[in-house]
Amino acid sequence: MIHASSGVAIAVFLAFVGAVLAISFYLGGKAKSAQGYFAAGGGIHWAVNGIAFAGDYLSAASFLGICGMIAFFGYDGFLYSIGYLAGWIVALFIIAEPMKRLGRYTFADALDNKFNSRGIKLAAAISTLVVSCFYLIPQMVGAGALVTPLLGFPHWVGVLIVGCVVTLIVTTAGMVSTTWVQFIKGSALVALCTLMTVMILARGVRMPDGEAATALRRGVPASEVTGAPGAVVLPEEGGWAGKPFVRVRDEATGMVSVWRKSGEGMLDVAQTLTVMPDGRRLANGRPQGTGPGQGDLIPAGQAARLPGGVKETGPLGPVGFLQTMQDSEIVLWGNEKIVEADGGATTVYFQKPTTGKDFMAPGSSPTFRKVRSEKLGDKLDFLSLMLALFCGTASLPHILIRYYTVKDQISARKSTVVGIAAIGFFYVLTLYLGLGAMTSGTLDVTDSNMSAPLLARSFNELLFAIISAVAFTTVLGTVSGLIMAASGAVAHDLMTNYLKMKMDDARKVRAAKVAAVCVGALAIVLGILFAKMNVNFLVGWAFNIAASANLPSLVMLLFWKRTTKQGITAAIIVGMISSLTWILLSAQAFKDVYGLDPAGALVPFSQPAIVTIPLGFLVLVVVSLLTGRKEQLAEAAA
Amino acid sequence: MGGLDFKAPVTQEQEEAHVIAYNSRLGLALFAVYVLFYGGFMALSAFRPEVMGRPFMGGVNLSVVYGFALIVAALVLALLYLAASRKSPAGSAS
Repeated sequence: MIHASSGVAIAVFLAFVGAVLAISFYLGGKAKSAQGYFAAGGGIHWAVNGIAFAGDYLSAASFLGICGMIAFFGYDGFLYSIGYLAGWIVALFIIAEPMKRLGRYTFADALDNKFNSRGIKLAAAISTLVVSCFYLIPQMVGAGALVTPLLGFPHWVGVLIVGCVVTLIVTTAGMVSTTWVQFIKGSALVALCTLMTVMILARGVRMPDGEAATALRRGVPASEVTGAPGAVVLPEEGGWAGKPFVRVRDEATGMVSVWRKSGEGMLDVAQTLTVMPDGRRLANGRPQGTGPGQGDLIPAGQAARLPGGVKETGPLGPVGFLQTMQDSEIVLWGNEKIVEADGGATTVYFQKPTTGKDFMAPGSSPTFRKVRSEKLGDKLDFLSLMLALFCGTASLPHILIRYYTVKDQISARKSTVVGIAAIGFFYVLTLYLGLGAMTSGTLDVTDSNMSAPLLARSFNELLFAIISAVAFTTVLGTVSGLIMAASGAVAHDLMTNYLKMKMDDARKVRAAKVAAVCVGALAIVLGILFAKMNVNFLVGWAFNIAASANLPSLVMLLFWKRTTKQGITAAIIVGMISSLTWILLSAQAFKDVYGLDPAGALVPFSQPAIVTIPLGFLVLVVVSLLTGRKEQLAEAAA
Repeated sequence: MGGLDFKAPVTQEQEEAHVIAYNSRLGLALFAVYVLFYGGFMALSAFRPEVMGRPFMGGVNLSVVYGFALIVAALVLALLYLAASRKSPAGSAS
């Protein structure tokens, strides 16, 4: 869809982003003189740190991706909310305190502290790089999704802008993403989402009327469509053969409209987006644009039936809203890509009226639909996702760092509790935001990531601008943090510690900056490549890789005395490579990244964790036992 | 590059061995409770999806109630841990 921009929205957006950048530059400059960010740790109050936990953790993906997923598919998006929060339990009860006791900030440093092995340093640095990059992709995609409706740019321009701005910030200023900025962003995000939830409940759910209802008609008798004067039914040729679609050309205008067969002799309006061989785009048969003779896709997100057949529910309570959604029927959208005979491609978006009973339970999205089948093998994708989310949080290289910005274990525990409270509250809100977006009447059927900003726009432009600005600064903060972590892994862990390159501080900083530019460029390319994927799904993949590569080593290092350095190195490498390969060979990657037929995928489901986490543990134990015994023998012989 | 300074000195907290042992046992016990609760959610969703779709409390179905409960339970367990964990009497951080 093409989105119009408004002057007020842009002004509010620029003012907010500018203010946050200014604050962070100012505090960043101050932090540098005060022995740096981490050494200043003891000075931060646990409550502030707790909200900053939320600011750190609630990235663009949490906000945009989960809302979009719930808006498009229902309950399955909420599974991510549950899993992301549950991961904190692993962090709080198992990993964080022993790690803090080891006296190191990161996974790599903690391992390094105990074994001082070059192999571990290399493996940990590479795994940090890979996980950071995978975590970067959804942030970049999310940035594009924010800029598109706000400024009216195409998606790739948004990605390019964020990439360049952030790389510039990191390389020129070495921006320190300070606790206070994260605190401001975290509280602003939670406060705004609370406000939006109240507005959703106050609005209630209503049936579409007027233009919105007639534009997306359902159950039209086929004879009425095909028998209209000047209507010609096109033959089902090429990619259209055997599909449940009917194409009708109006002889007078030459426009082709597409309908979907729904039951005996009935047709529903479908929407199409065609990319012609010469690159021109047609939306619903007309050139995509806002000028005369041009057209665009129709905004979606309508209710098909409300409980009791009412037209409008009026204001609802938090429980009443959920009940209403459960007893309603909402029009969700499916899509199918069809290759045209002339080499162009058409994506058909078709209406799928879905009952609340269906979309309010696990298995509502196409990815996890199979959880409702009878076969055990079909359920593994779902189980694997829930495992990855549970284990992922504590394995993300940049998450545990905040645990060390307070002075002692008691403060750390207190801030975790504040963090869990804020994050948990936010995730409860995501269900309302997502379901609110589902019925907002403003959805873009081509991009689920835009659902939350477009929901805000359905209330008013100002709210939309503020929400976009808060989300955008979140992206900037997260992306610069990740790029710094990744460039640090290259300059510090790889070049200095592993390759033993002798570098003075100036050269080290220069190396880090060069690395930052490279990572930034890579992030831009990947962000454009993965544009059509739900950002939350991408974050899920990052959690899979992090959990597979890092969790076995972390847990065994802390709880198994016979762990050896070879065991850890092998577990990291095997966990990382196996999960990464699995993801790149999955049906989801085939469909959304390479544009291939998903049936050709080489692995049976898309979430690797259920296979690769146990694999990591197995490799660690086997290699540790083998190498451990060798060392014992060597000692005995000596 | 202040943010990358992972090697800055950390103020080590003095903790007594029995306090550490008590706290980590407590953590593991609470963790086990949550794993059971979370595992129950996974198992029900995967093997009894029809149960998850049924109205459970106040007309809201079990999957939503269970989901909210998992979020609340995480907070409750974290609060429990905060209340029940010991701190070393002799050594605080600074």
